[in-house]
Amino acid sequence: MSVLVYLVPISLFLGGIGLLAFFWAIKNKQFEDPEGNAARILMDDDEQ
Amino acid sequence: MTNIACPACVVVPPEAIEPTSLANHSLQVTVPTAHCVGCISKIERGLQQIKGVKSARVNLSLKRVQIQHDNPPDIEEKVLNCLDNLGFAAHILDSKVLENTTDDVSKGLLIRLGVAGFAAMNVMLLSVSVWAGAEGTTRDFLHWISAAIALPTVAYTAQPFFKSAWSALRIRQLNMDVPISLAILMAAGLSLYETIHSGEHAYFDAALSLTFFLLAGRFLDYQTRAKARSAAVELTALEVSRAHRLKNGVVETVDVADLKLGDHVMVRSGERVPVDGTVSKGIGELDVSLLTGETMPQDIAEGDQVYSGTLNLGQALEISVSHIGQGTKLAEITALVATAEASKTKYTNLADKAARIYAPVIHLLALVAFVGWYIYSGDARLSVGIATAVLIITCPCALGLAVPAVMTAASGKLFRLGVLIRNGDALERLVDVDTVVFDKTGTLTTGQFKIVQVPSDQHLQLAASLAVYSDHPLSKAIVKQSNGTKLLKATNIRELPGKGIEGIVNGQKIKLGRADWLKVTPIKGYVQTWVQIDDETSKVFTFEDTLKNTAQDVIQKIKNRGLKVVMLSGDTQETTDRLAQKLGVEQAIGDVLPEEKLAIVQSFGDTVLMVGDGLNDTAALAAAHVSISPAAAIDAARAASDFVLIKDDLTLIDKCISLSGFSKRLMLQSFGVAAGYNAIALPIALLGFATPLLAALAMSASSICVSLNALRITRG
Repeated sequence: MSVLVYLVPISLFLGGIGLLAFFWAIKNKQFEDPEGNAARILMDDDEQ
Repeated sequence: MTNIACPACVVVPPEAIEPTSLANHSLQVTVPTAHCVGCISKIERGLQQIKGVKSARVNLSLKRVQIQHDNPPDIEEKVLNCLDNLGFAAHILDSKVLENTTDDVSKGLLIRLGVAGFAAMNVMLLSVSVWAGAEGTTRDFLHWISAAIALPTVAYTAQPFFKSAWSALRIRQLNMDVPISLAILMAAGLSLYETIHSGEHAYFDAALSLTFFLLAGRFLDYQTRAKARSAAVELTALEVSRAHRLKNGVVETVDVADLKLGDHVMVRSGERVPVDGTVSKGIGELDVSLLTGETMPQDIAEGDQVYSGTLNLGQALEISVSHIGQGTKLAEITALVATAEASKTKYTNLADKAARIYAPVIHLLALVAFVGWYIYSGDARLSVGIATAVLIITCPCALGLAVPAVMTAASGKLFRLGVLIRNGDALERLVDVDTVVFDKTGTLTTGQFKIVQVPSDQHLQLAASLAVYSDHPLSKAIVKQSNGTKLLKATNIRELPGKGIEGIVNGQKIKLGRADWLKVTPIKGYVQTWVQIDDETSKVFTFEDTLKNTAQDVIQKIKNRGLKVVMLSGDTQETTDRLAQKLGVEQAIGDVLPEEKLAIVQSFGDTVLMVGDGLNDTAALAAAHVSISPAAAIDAARAASDFVLIKDDLTLIDKCISLSGFSKRLMLQSFGVAAGYNAIALPIALLGFATPLLAALAMSASSICVSLNALRITRG
């Protein structure tokens, strides 16, 4: 039981980081072009 | 001499770095045919090579390119040429129109969805521990943490439902969001009460999962409408409404909105008249097909009234603006459209129909459960618990997801095929259709002339040799017809506006032009031009509007479905009949005015699909049960239609009809799945056997089933 007292907050904190990353991604327009993002991984960029 | 200011300067001397331009201009271009990664790299690379272009980024979901540039001359033309050479149809978008569209609601929904998802997952984590057998203080502790996460989350993320439910209750009505809000609030409230009193069951995860799934449905629904809206905005942005105003002998390009009465506007050959006015200088012909459907060019001379949207076929004209704003012909048609829309019976879509049944029934059941159990047990806490369980377990999730999920899948599929859905319930309405009314000019035909009859090969060769110097569409058609024959040299060429063109070809004097100029009587029923060699009798070339190559196909497909096909046209009865015969259309009416088109479509009642492109079709398009317009349709027609074809393929109309039937079937199936789950879960809840675990399972399972069912549309 005592282990839960600090494990639960830790897991919530880690989850919270994920949530913040989600907010950042929205602000950074990552979700504006889902089809384009999917296609771009196949693009051959010129290697320098 | 190089100035070494930092280590990097050794590699890149300062002179090599161009000063960045302070002005940052952007251009948006729509590229509807872009569809894959190859298109992205081709377009971005190609555009970046244009001098002055700083960056180009393709948005494959919206099929647009955003170009940042420092405003070099003719940038728009260079961009369009570049895209054309790469093989992409492209149109410039008016940035002013696009700027006004913000997507705050969509972002808000997405953020709420994320938060609800995060909270639901974490609370579910804790709930599983409870269901796995946590007892006593551990269970209370886990419940309290769940409460701490769930309550603020519900207060924030479920706001869209609360707001919508409140707006319905204020006018004493029920909508789908009332039972949903009630379920969420009661689940949260009851769970808090139980937690305070060390109870066994807490429904925090149910409240959050409910919120999450329903927000997902809401988000999908909004995205579908947003896409339709942005496309509609885009279509408006395509018509960059500019005019060439003549002021003190200088031509300046201004927005049509800035024109005043009496302004003089120049309309060059091949341009559309931008505004209603009277001809102050020039004679020639106008293509009025977009306005009235007539294929026969209309003669105009000084003093004649001309309307915006018509195409100048002859030499440059000077127009004096006679009407602006509300007084224009366009405004007249708009008023007609408004009355047509107002008289249309309101359509209740499937989702609303379901809500009408669902909302009162569910409230009744919950009430019955509460009253029944209170009478039976005398325990208020138990009764409230069971009533709440009934509310939650009947799972509006599936119902809230069913229609948006299918609509998203269907409109996505149609978008990929080349059709834009502009109205959410258009697909449902299409199922009711039993009559399809087609406009002729511009819808079934391309609006470009094709030769029907040629007097002789010799006449064709001589006429074409002369016609190649003229921009008139009939001349172009003659030249096209002569493709292959060697053209002879023409000299002493004189183009006489309003009459024709004359010159010397092969030593003979050739005249090519109108019947009255060559002093012959025109033949009835055909668009024509006459040719005279020296002093011989004049011979005639007859033309007709080119049929779209998908027109025959689509009419056959529609007839195969057992639907009735009717053709209405503003063009002459003879031309209409000729085309109707070619296509196999039984009922064809010509010489139809816009008000008459509206009346005829209205007479067909609630089962008509109207397909049209011109200003004279707009009122009929607005009044019809469902309407479709081709991409080249006039702005107003597209705005009045439910579907817009982005690709110039009429057989897509048949695809829409087949997809609509499939979508409706899928939606009803999803309702069936939801009803099935409720049929099993309701008795369990009413009898008091519902537990949070059962509620969570039922909710997730039904939502997943409904979503998967919607994806079946991709096989349709």
